[in-house]
Amino acid sequence: MSDEVTLFIDGVPVTVSASSTVCAALLEARAIALRRSVTGEPRGPLCGMGVCFECRVTIDGQPHRRSCQILCREGMDVRTDV
Amino acid sequence: MYETAHACDVLVIGGGPAGLAAASHAARCGRRVIIVDDNPRWGGQIWRRGSGEDESPQATSLFDEVRRAGVKFIGGAHVFNQLQDGSLLAEAADGVHRFSYEKLILATGARERFLPFPGWTLPNVMGAGGLQALVKSGLSIRRRRVVVAGSGPLLLAVAAHLRKRGAEVLLIAEQAPRARVLRFGLRLIEWPEKLLHLMRLQRYLFNVPYLTGCWPVMAHGRRKLERVTLKRGARLWEVACDYLACGFHLVPNAELAQLLGCETVDGAVWVDELQRTSRPEIYCAGEATGVGGVELALIEGQIAGCAAAGREDEARRLFAARQRARRFASALNAAFDLREELRELATEETIVCRCEDVRLGQLREFDSWRAAKLQTRCGMGPCQGRVCGAALEFLFGWRVTSIRPPLFPVQLRNLAYDPSSEAERVERG
Ligand SMILES: Cc1cc2nc3c(=O)[nH]c(=O)nc-3n(C[C@H](O)[C@H](O)[C@H](O)COP(=O)(O)OP(=O)(O)OC[C@H]3O[C@@H](n4cnc5c(N)ncnc54)[C@H](O)[C@@H]3O)c2cc1C
Ligand code: FES
Repeated sequence: MSDEVTLFIDGVPVTVSASSTVCAALLEARAIALRRSVTGEPRGPLCGMGVCFECRVTIDGQPHRRSCQILCREGMDVRTDV
Repeated sequence: MYETAHACDVLVIGGGPAGLAAASHAARCGRRVIIVDDNPRWGGQIWRRGSGEDESPQATSLFDEVRRAGVKFIGGAHVFNQLQDGSLLAEAADGVHRFSYEKLILATGARERFLPFPGWTLPNVMGAGGLQALVKSGLSIRRRRVVVAGSGPLLLAVAAHLRKRGAEVLLIAEQAPRARVLRFGLRLIEWPEKLLHLMRLQRYLFNVPYLTGCWPVMAHGRRKLERVTLKRGARLWEVACDYLACGFHLVPNAELAQLLGCETVDGAVWVDELQRTSRPEIYCAGEATGVGGVELALIEGQIAGCAAAGREDEARRLFAARQRARRFASALNAAFDLREELRELATEETIVCRCEDVRLGQLREFDSWRAAKLQTRCGMGPCQGRVCGAALEFLFGWRVTSIRPPLFPVQLRNLAYDPSSEAERVERG
């Protein structure tokens, strides 16, 4: 489980354990808010289990991916919306 | 991108304790079994595996059984619709997967109930199980100050886990009154395995105040959580913290069952003694049939697995154990029933629907969720009411009446999935 991967969060390289989810990697990289709500409030993850969609980000060009349900992969391009 | 088709005798949705137990039992009876789960790995909520997590021996042996029984696991795929009777569709990173089955076992588990209060939308205010899940999946919590709040035994499990990982758990605020919690505690003698579990947790909770009859009334902070105001009796006070881990017990994930036309009672999937739903080829096991803890989920899974494989005799042998676990479930749910005062937590300005930013004040004039939905878009965002639905049921008694596909938002090209035009790759379960 000690394998590490490097992904890019808003263009910045971040190295985390390969068993990390993208959401955990985002919080570790101090991105506290991951998106803005429809009225512009900053929002972070709520449920951690794929239900609330508050953790959604753009991954490798695909928008609205729930970062708490996706494991980090080498070279992944993650974009927050804040 | 391609579409993948799978065929099996027994299809299990959900790879938590209930789904794993069901799958291993059905497979041992000679059935071809596939488990589909939204999570990349099996284990469900309680046995979510991640960085450096030690597995409980109970989990390890069930994982081994499932492997040995030759069950196929498809992770990272969420079921969003049915194509026709006997065939479900799931979306994964590589496109749509189609599953045809003879028998279906729904083991979709439960989620936390969130209640709106001023400030609950601030970053770093999370579910109790929510923060635990994030820590299990790589978030470091060492030296962070955490207030754990809400209701249910999950709060103790979460607090113990966070502490084990080096968090500074400042206090646990349990909304249920002291007398009810004490009575429940005394009754645990009837289920020694639960008592033992509690004692194991307490080792990690040494020195952490467990305040009954206490709940958060407001979270403060500019861009993220900085402080929380707690209430206990007439006393109100503020606590500075990095995280508020707050969930008010659990609610069943019944949406998939409802979409398939299975009946529900009080928000839980109705089942007969063999765990069969109102649709005879569909079974349901675990917390989707009602919140009851891991032992009940396991036994229900075993019964559903045997029954779906046609081994009713074996299923019947487990009825007594299920009865005992169900008694625990009713004691649990009675003890952690939500108190009336929590209905007053949200103010007119408090956001109730986080997807569409609908505030409580905008909802007052409506008498049903359907009416409110049409006028305010409440519950129409990507979570499709999974968060605000449980809150509105508690606040106003509104119930979700109709579930429409897709169950989760899916990419347009997957929504328009047409099996006749696919370049199909058939895999046998
Ligand atoms: C966030 C959370 C944390 C918890 N932590 C603990 C704990 O630490 N200790 C404890 O004793 N109990 C805990 N519980 C209680 C726990 O849920 C039960 O004890 C037990 O895990 C229930 O098992 P289950 O198999 O019924 O459901 P679950 O374990 O919830 O498994 C259900 C599975 O179904 C999957 N699923 C649901 N819908 C779909 C779909 N449409 N498509 C694909 N997959 C789907 C989910 O991803 C999930 O993996 C927790 C509950 C929650 C909600
Ligand atoms: S945090 Fe709720 S879906 Fe990811």
